[in-house]
Amino acid sequence: MLEAFQLLSFGPGGWGGVIASGALLTIELALATLPFGFAIGLAVALSKDSSYRTVRWLSVVYTTVFRGLPELLTLFIVYYGGQLLLSRIASAFVPGSNVEVNQFVAGVVALGLVLGAFSSEVFYAAIRSVPRGQREAAAALGLSRGRVFRLVVLPQIWRVALPGLSNNWMVLLKDTSLVSVIAIADLMRQTSLAVGATKQPFLFYLVACLIYLVFSAASSAVFSRMEERASRGFKRVGGH
Amino acid sequence: MQALLGPVLDALGAGFLQIMGLIGLNTDLMQRYGLRFLGGVWVTIELVVLSVGIGMLLAWPLAIARVEGGKVLSRLAFGYSYFFRGTPLLAQTFLVYYGAGQFREELTALGLWWFFREAFYCAVLTFTLNTAAYQSEILRGAIQTLPAGQMEAAKSLGLSKLKAYWTVIMPQAAGIGLRPLGNELILMIKSSAIASVITVYDLMGVTRLAFSRSYDMEVYLWAAVLYLMMVEIVRRVWNVLERRLNRHLLVSR
Repeated sequence: MLEAFQLLSFGPGGWGGVIASGALLTIELALATLPFGFAIGLAVALSKDSSYRTVRWLSVVYTTVFRGLPELLTLFIVYYGGQLLLSRIASAFVPGSNVEVNQFVAGVVALGLVLGAFSSEVFYAAIRSVPRGQREAAAALGLSRGRVFRLVVLPQIWRVALPGLSNNWMVLLKDTSLVSVIAIADLMRQTSLAVGATKQPFLFYLVACLIYLVFSAASSAVFSRMEERASRGFKRVGGH
Repeated sequence: MQALLGPVLDALGAGFLQIMGLIGLNTDLMQRYGLRFLGGVWVTIELVVLSVGIGMLLAWPLAIARVEGGKVLSRLAFGYSYFFRGTPLLAQTFLVYYGAGQFREELTALGLWWFFREAFYCAVLTFTLNTAAYQSEILRGAIQTLPAGQMEAAKSLGLSKLKAYWTVIMPQAAGIGLRPLGNELILMIKSSAIASVITVYDLMGVTRLAFSRSYDMEVYLWAAVLYLMMVEIVRRVWNVLERRLNRHLLVSR
């Protein structure tokens, strides 16, 4: 037991610092992916109602593909495919040049594509929850389509979308562990480093699991506060 | 039989390759790795069917413990599902596969080492425990949407609690949970790719092997198409299944 504490300590001979740095990177990766993924999600949700048939069709294909592919496969396709594609483009300008794709960027793009596909469903349902009459009323007042969306629809979808988005965030947080496979120094990767050096896989992977669990618990606490706040105008009978 | 089937299969394979060549795919690569990919698909199916099937057997008692169990049982079941739903499957897989290595002597003494030595078994075990947690959450929700009158009526007919669950509650809960259970099956098909990280040659594992030898991105395209096909087949089968099994709940439109 004492040995375990020593291995996890932050001092010399302890792996606490390494694991903490990994945990920090996991959070950074998830937070960096969030705006990117939600932006894609919102854009795709909007294009599902587009008046152009091709745009509608493309958005359906996008969600079908990225919801259906294993996240690990998406990650490999983005990482290796991006590398090949960029190298080809670069060598067209400078023959023989080779491009290295930054792993963190590849991770953000891959996870963002997946998050975009899943969150687009949430956004789409939320947009539909705003009654048509409100849009028509706003249009009757002479607001442009963009302003109708920004001033009338967008502020209202937040409350409806929040539970779904919080779900998306939880999934994202766990999916970040996959990027360790392309050698990003996230929580999972750093834990594996510690395991390699100490030969204590059970201890360290259990600690990693517990750290993820703390992240999940903390996020769900934050989200339930946000949901409470977002629906404060919608108190129901018997609610508090 | 073998002698008769052999040439037929060969002809079919050659025909298939020719068609693939026509749409611009790399036939050499496919000739070399095509059958391995089929093997990979089979391993993926095995992983998913075993873990989702056994997971369901675990999920029912867990769900019922959440609803009926006293303070201790229901909290234990909650803790179980909280742990497995709150941590990444990759971390759980490492915990079981590499973690077991740390207890090799103990496991050998117990006569269990043959099981934990194999990456495939470890993957099945981890996926089973993981999906059991998610499925128990679905089933618990389904059980709790049933009106209390169902149980009261069953009891007033003289059914024991066990019998009431088996004949009244569980069939209805399964119907209500059918759609989310289908989604869980699809999630499991996707998540099973994680097995490739602990050296299981499932579809993802075969793809990674083929890519590391050929450096041809096309193999990832094949994998993508195969995964999408599996997911789409399950989705369609599930739609039919749901219409059929829940036809008493259909609303006329």
